[in-house]
Amino acid sequence: MKLKLYPDAHAALEGITFDGMTVMSGGFGLCGIPENLIVALRDSGAKDLTVIGNNVGCDEHGMWLVLANNQIKKVLASYVGENKILESRFMKSEIEIEFNPQGTLAERIRAGGAGIPAFYTRTGYGTKVAEGKETRQFNGDWYVMETGLVSDISLVKAWKADAEGNLVYRKTARNFNPMIATAGKITIAEVEEIVPVGSFDPDHIHTPGIFVQRLVVGKHYVKHIERLTTRPREKL
Amino acid sequence: MAWTREEMAARAAQELKDGFYVNLGIGIPTLVANLIPPGIQVTLQSENGMLGMGPFPYEDEVDPDLINAGKQTITELPQTSYFSSADSFAMIRGGHINLSILGGMQVSATGDLANWMVPGKMVKGMGGAMDLVAGVGRVVVVMEHCEKSGESKFKPECALPLTGKGVVDLLITDLGVFEIDRRGGGAKLIELAGDVSLDEVKAKTEAPFTVAL
Repeated sequence: MKLKLYPDAHAALEGITFDGMTVMSGGFGLCGIPENLIVALRDSGAKDLTVIGNNVGCDEHGMWLVLANNQIKKVLASYVGENKILESRFMKSEIEIEFNPQGTLAERIRAGGAGIPAFYTRTGYGTKVAEGKETRQFNGDWYVMETGLVSDISLVKAWKADAEGNLVYRKTARNFNPMIATAGKITIAEVEEIVPVGSFDPDHIHTPGIFVQRLVVGKHYVKHIERLTTRPREKL
Repeated sequence: MAWTREEMAARAAQELKDGFYVNLGIGIPTLVANLIPPGIQVTLQSENGMLGMGPFPYEDEVDPDLINAGKQTITELPQTSYFSSADSFAMIRGGHINLSILGGMQVSATGDLANWMVPGKMVKGMGGAMDLVAGVGRVVVVMEHCEKSGESKFKPECALPLTGKGVVDLLITDLGVFEIDRRGGGAKLIELAGDVSLDEVKAKTEAPFTVAL
């Protein structure tokens, strides 16, 4: 069997990136983003990318690196705040942004990965999001048709993997990663640790290895926190 | 005196019922978490994939893998569960969340909500707001009654692009509380804030409403 584990993120992306491709990347803000794979995507130089994810990084972090390197043509996201380069390019019409409601985006990716070409949702009915889309009434309520999404390459971040590509995520770093893993023609998972096959409880695997073609262990995690918020310790 | 942000949040907290699953938006709604009435237990959902949100962490327990939908660091509780964004919005869209409290830029007398974009300004995106208002059983909006310019934000029709059409059940402003029939029955003023007078509310409201104080 072909081994899934690659020596590093650059090796995992070698020979599979191309101009004009569609890339999905997991994460919510900077939480649960594939930090090493994003750097390798930037270094690949592939341009005119369509990037699908909840956000496009934020100033100096995450997918911002690829954006700042002028590689992105179009973005599908639900929220793109705290990103000055994206803002200025958008205002100058140098980049296309398709805003998707967060749940619609998650479901479009889930549907794409599950072989479902389209579905109906109540979300966005009567708003800009529904413009130009088919609408239909079910049981007295109106719904908007949304299409499934797939990618040429999906980049995901998990906490741990085994060599089979079975993945386990950690806390809210899971977010969009499980669906994005299912929707890639090629899915590359970046993890903090590889564990021996058999050490996961099969009942506790979040993403089964069938969805993962390539694996790397990431290095030098920054895990930048966007809004550090704490409470003081009560005085005894 | 009109209500402060804290007082508006406290009024919103009165909408919580024991056993509710609740999603709180960014801004004034976030304050509701600290104002839950005694004797009531609610479970807070965060749409980035968490049910059972705890308080902000102490400095030495901050975990970058554990944030809320406002990207603030938070903590878990013994009953916490984590899940994907698809499962999270299955909870929201599927009607499993009892109450959503969120902020607004404009609300209409028919329950339309606008809170995600101002034409000509940079659009940051709607995040999960459109899914929340479309899917959650009861939607409460908390916002200032008027713009800084004095213009009413409660209108016959929203001028700004909508987040949802006919989605708001209750509007809490610094001047009072309006019940809205999202099936077309119109808006009803049911409470006045502090010592605000009915005349003041009438003078500062563009939307038509009936009075049931």
